[in-house]
Amino acid sequence: MVEINFLIMVISLFLYVLLGGADFGGGILELFTRGKAAKIVTKAIAPVWEANHMWLILVVVILFVGFPTVYSTVLTALHIPVLLVLLGIIMRGSAFTFRHYDIDEKRPMKIYSAIFQYSSLVTTFFLGVTLGGIILGEITVDYREGFFEVYIHPWLNLFSMSMGLFLVLLFAFLAGIFTVSEIKDQEYVQYFAKVTKRLLLGLVLTGALVFITAELEGHPLLMEFIQSPVSIAAIVLATLALPFLWKYLNNPNRLMLRLIGGFQTTMIVIGWFAIQFPIIVNIKDAPDITLQNAGAPYKVQLYLLIALVVGVIIILPSVAYLYKVFKFEEKSVRENE
Amino acid sequence: MDAFMAARMQMGVSLGFHIIFACIGMVMPWFMFVAEWKWLRTNNPVYLDLAKAWSKGVAIFFAVGAVSGTVLSFELGMLWPGFMEHAGPIFGMPFSWEGTAFFVEAIALGLFLYGWKRLNKWVHLYTGLIVGIAGVLSGIFVVAANGWMNAPSGFDWIDGKAYNIDPVKAMFNKAWFSQAHHMTIAAFSATGFAVAGVHAILYLKNKLEIHAKAITIALTFASAAAILQPISGDLAAKNVAKLQPAKLAAFESHFETQERAPLIIGGIPDVENETVKYAIKLPGFLSFLAHGDFNAEVKGLDQFPKDEWPPIPITHYSFQIMVGIGMFLMLIAAIFLAATFKYKHWLEKKWWLRMLFIATPLGFIAVEAGWIVTEVGRQPWIIYGIMKTKDSLTPMPGIQYTFYTISVVYLILSFVVIWLLSRQIKVLQAKYMSNG
Repeated sequence: MVEINFLIMVISLFLYVLLGGADFGGGILELFTRGKAAKIVTKAIAPVWEANHMWLILVVVILFVGFPTVYSTVLTALHIPVLLVLLGIIMRGSAFTFRHYDIDEKRPMKIYSAIFQYSSLVTTFFLGVTLGGIILGEITVDYREGFFEVYIHPWLNLFSMSMGLFLVLLFAFLAGIFTVSEIKDQEYVQYFAKVTKRLLLGLVLTGALVFITAELEGHPLLMEFIQSPVSIAAIVLATLALPFLWKYLNNPNRLMLRLIGGFQTTMIVIGWFAIQFPIIVNIKDAPDITLQNAGAPYKVQLYLLIALVVGVIIILPSVAYLYKVFKFEEKSVRENE
Repeated sequence: MDAFMAARMQMGVSLGFHIIFACIGMVMPWFMFVAEWKWLRTNNPVYLDLAKAWSKGVAIFFAVGAVSGTVLSFELGMLWPGFMEHAGPIFGMPFSWEGTAFFVEAIALGLFLYGWKRLNKWVHLYTGLIVGIAGVLSGIFVVAANGWMNAPSGFDWIDGKAYNIDPVKAMFNKAWFSQAHHMTIAAFSATGFAVAGVHAILYLKNKLEIHAKAITIALTFASAAAILQPISGDLAAKNVAKLQPAKLAAFESHFETQERAPLIIGGIPDVENETVKYAIKLPGFLSFLAHGDFNAEVKGLDQFPKDEWPPIPITHYSFQIMVGIGMFLMLIAAIFLAATFKYKHWLEKKWWLRMLFIATPLGFIAVEAGWIVTEVGRQPWIIYGIMKTKDSLTPMPGIQYTFYTISVVYLILSFVVIWLLSRQIKVLQAKYMSNG
């Protein structure tokens, strides 16, 4: 039971990375390409971004209902980076909406775009930093130690910073894939394919950086990685998919690009998950918070699961319908126009 | 300001900000739904323009409500980890249902906003209805969770830990129903009067058909709500008298336990001397309102140790403001009814439109005041009778700074939203003016 709920949480986190990633990444990509993608990004994500957002809320709700110690420990130790994520979420969400609905005037539009772009970057970076803090194991539950030790050090370290960078590049990469498969204008296709390739290179490099900084911070991530066949398999598969991705970036195929991009992200999440499991939060000076010791009582888990299953039964068809109306019918609408 | 006060203020600011957007996000879809329905029935394009204009407003409020709601779901743990660690599993169930309802609302709104051309007219109308229903449901779920903090149930509390957790019992706690109907009606009333007020001032300037139609739709909802609200409020107060006598005593400033307890209207509570100065006192009426009997005994604050008293002046003033506004809005509703059925010419009068304009913010002021009554009135408890607010505070120092930051961000955001709406309205006005 606990396992299923946890799995659903991981899946929602994954969907948030995949769908929300393209959305956060949209802002970052706009920043990197100096606004070239603005219109395309807006058009592509506007109808679905609100729904994307909900995956994060789902993660949070599963955490505080099913795994309350995870929720309270993480939000205490990582209060500061989470606060920065939240401020970013407020600003980018509002700016995106305002940009979409305000009357078209140059100056306000410029300001909205700048806020949307920079806060997308900041939010993603600190989301990565927060994940890094959860993985690294410098979180302490002895609150009598100094402010720096308890509230700063767990996230202000090389490893968490590289996790932040990694997530920025991952999200921008996802948005790149999304954009390349979305636009029609040949000139732009080539431009964005080039940008996406660079992002992919950067992603591989920061991936290596994550492992190196983990060693530097004394977290045996590489060792754990080598010992987990699932992780190795996941990363090997992701690497094997790279040449194909390259090929389809040179010669864009809408479906294949998305499939491979999605596949690689899935592999990254599975690879990380296999290493981490069954630990949820690594703690410095106390037993780690694991699936076994953090779960709420059986009855709570049961009702949570019922709510989630009913929710999924209601939501999945609606999401599918939403995507159907806006993504697959887009072609026919365009043709009609 | 100490960290504890800062954390409470931050929670208050965040909730107070979110509640406005949440109310509008759950009520305005009903207006746009009715407008679209009227358009389909009458073919009058003014209704279509109105539905589209309102749906833009809904989109802006919904988006800001969504992000401020996300922030709250984190803030609960960032500010009150001690509370959430214990309460999360118990009162989390309504939150998981709320998640579903909100998800459906977001999807349906996406379809509504971007589907004007892509969906069949009636399917489109139907998505609007789904937005409204899902919005109201998600509101009710969240209020049910809050009800649990006022009337905790569904667990045994032994030595600072919860055992035998029953999430269903916790969700259907004794406060959920009275809070849910009171809040839902309040949302309709506040949003309805706000929308009507904005259109009233525009109508005063330019007698455009679209504003007249808008006022009628918004006021129909608002008036029904305003007339139902005293009944709902009475039920809510009786429930509070039973479940949280200290809260009732605080907002009534009722210090001394007595039979034939007087209803205190207005006045300045003097906590030190345990009296209320300059107030109107109606003997027996508090007994009647709280227990349905003029001679019943009403528990006063003297029944509780002083360290369990909620802050009295602020809850008292807030309660007076809420009830006062409620009465005024009911008066407007009565005039609207009279005008609709008998004195149609009133609807064009300047005094009437001005009255509506004055009422624009009142409903929301009452909503905020009502939340102050219920939240501050629960203090010093975060889970009534079980856990004190100060014991659940985060150990992190410096919450003052996060409070300042969040407040500034929300303040700026409020101004931008108001500015944005006024620009939208100007565009709409201009369009109609150029059309003649």
